[in-house]
Amino acid sequence: MASQVRRDILRMVHAVNSGHPGGSLGCTDYFTALYFHELQHTPTPFSMEGKGEDLFFLSNGHISPVWYSILARSGYFAVSELSTFRKINSRLQGHPATHEGLPGIRVASGSLGQGLSVACGAALAKKADGDTSIVYSLHGDGELNEGQIWEAALFAPHHKIDNLISTIDVNGQQIDGPTDKVMGLGNLRAKWEAFGWDVMEMNGNDMEAVVSGLKAARARCGKGKPVMILMKTEMGSGVDFMEGTHKWHGVAPNDEQLAAALAQLPETLGDY
Amino acid sequence: MKKFTVTGKNDTRSGFGEGLLELGRTNPQVVALCADLIGSLKMDAFIKEFPERFFQCGISEANMIGVSAGMATAGKIPFAGTFANFATGRVYDQIRQSVCYSDKNVKIAASHAGLTLGEDGATHQILEDIGLMRMLPHMTVIVPCDFNQTKQATIALGTHVGPAYLRFGRPKVEIFTDPDAPFIIGKADVLSEGTDVTIIACGHMVWKSLLAAEQLEARGISAEVINLHTIKPLDEETILKSVAKTRCVVTAEEHNVYGGVGDLISGVLARNLPVPIEMVAVQDSFGESGTPEELMKKYGLDTTDIVAKAVKVVGRKG
Repeated sequence: MASQVRRDILRMVHAVNSGHPGGSLGCTDYFTALYFHELQHTPTPFSMEGKGEDLFFLSNGHISPVWYSILARSGYFAVSELSTFRKINSRLQGHPATHEGLPGIRVASGSLGQGLSVACGAALAKKADGDTSIVYSLHGDGELNEGQIWEAALFAPHHKIDNLISTIDVNGQQIDGPTDKVMGLGNLRAKWEAFGWDVMEMNGNDMEAVVSGLKAARARCGKGKPVMILMKTEMGSGVDFMEGTHKWHGVAPNDEQLAAALAQLPETLGDY
Repeated sequence: MKKFTVTGKNDTRSGFGEGLLELGRTNPQVVALCADLIGSLKMDAFIKEFPERFFQCGISEANMIGVSAGMATAGKIPFAGTFANFATGRVYDQIRQSVCYSDKNVKIAASHAGLTLGEDGATHQILEDIGLMRMLPHMTVIVPCDFNQTKQATIALGTHVGPAYLRFGRPKVEIFTDPDAPFIIGKADVLSEGTDVTIIACGHMVWKSLLAAEQLEARGISAEVINLHTIKPLDEETILKSVAKTRCVVTAEEHNVYGGVGDLISGVLARNLPVPIEMVAVQDSFGESGTPEELMKKYGLDTTDIVAKAVKVVGRKG
């Protein structure tokens, strides 16, 4: 599955010569494990409210390619629709949106720092209704520069939102360079623990580790604290020349690069 | 002209508080959020009766907007309250992306709007919020005129589906509307008919416009007063029907002359029925500390200012 999703990502951004492959590739294993092994969800018919269902919010919306591929591959909409990514009149907007009615999306994201608040709200509403399903959110590490993230970081433990599992894609990269150089994040575990979260770490590019990590995270819910997964990934994971650099944050591969990348990724479920 | 009686004096924010309480009793999905300003937003009564439906957000307005969006996603009807300046400029991108673009059923309850916030001064006196909010697609913008109308508007928003901005104020002001009058979102109210000039006002300026109409009548000018409680969606039909009759307009708002009701109505007139227009508004300035009454006078938002602009615009009809 993960290999096919990586193929989808690269082909989607290549087709329109725009998009964000680096982070998308890095989080492919997470999305695959989440949607195929962990989430208790109903792809169709899609319910915006999702009563009794686990919910997922993508806060770093620019990695929409991986989310769209996973949503399609898990049955939210037709895989063939992936070819409309970023094209005009498409439901697959450059950054995820609810506006066009794409099943699977519950809030628009793209401008960073907002998704944790939204996830907190949804989780709190579920608790208020006695709904024991879990709310997941994914964030970039560069995204932690945004102040609103820390407002939500205070809010969740204060309100004992213990049906929330947030994950940070710690790839150490952002647009202008390594996170250490642009805006050092310091000790993330210490920071989130100090705010009152139950923190765990996970290798984000080892499928077994992600599957068991997500299971372990769910077991930590319901104990009075929100759960934070610090997930170590390589940007561009799966394509050797895309790994270890921030270059591929928002740049699409050209024809040659696409071919070279696809050669490293077996076509397991059939290209769209 | 129709005569209105003052039946009391109360702050419009108290109208919100009462409306919220009634909504709490009739709709179990209504929840309230606040950014450390419960007393100011008159939320005490709701919180006392429905403590499990209130969520304190502390001084984190951006988070409050996002949390509201999340709650709305999960089926709640959130009313998020704070001062109008903190409810708009500070959190514009959050409202734009998480609420409006995402079509979330979030109601922003914005208190202490305008100059009448008083002594706290310009940092707190928002005069740009009507402009900011009306420029957001999918946003409904409501500025009720007194305690009774604010209560009814709040209740109406409980069943209205979609993003909404409800603007109200700090000081006790005259109550003159019918407490049982249903609030119809999007309908401009002709409060008093006239033939010489159309005065279009919102919020605290509506009562002043009725007083101005009395004074104008004594001077032989018959003014039609419209309460524009819904800025967006705009009831163009009612406005144009009035202006077709009177052929000149005065707008009155507790807001910057740029971007608010004045500019909005100018656009409508220019596109449909170009006639002279004068605007009672703050002349592109920040406010300052003072009592509400002093400030309204100093910044040109008093009854006499409406009278003067009406006389001027009638004179421009030529």
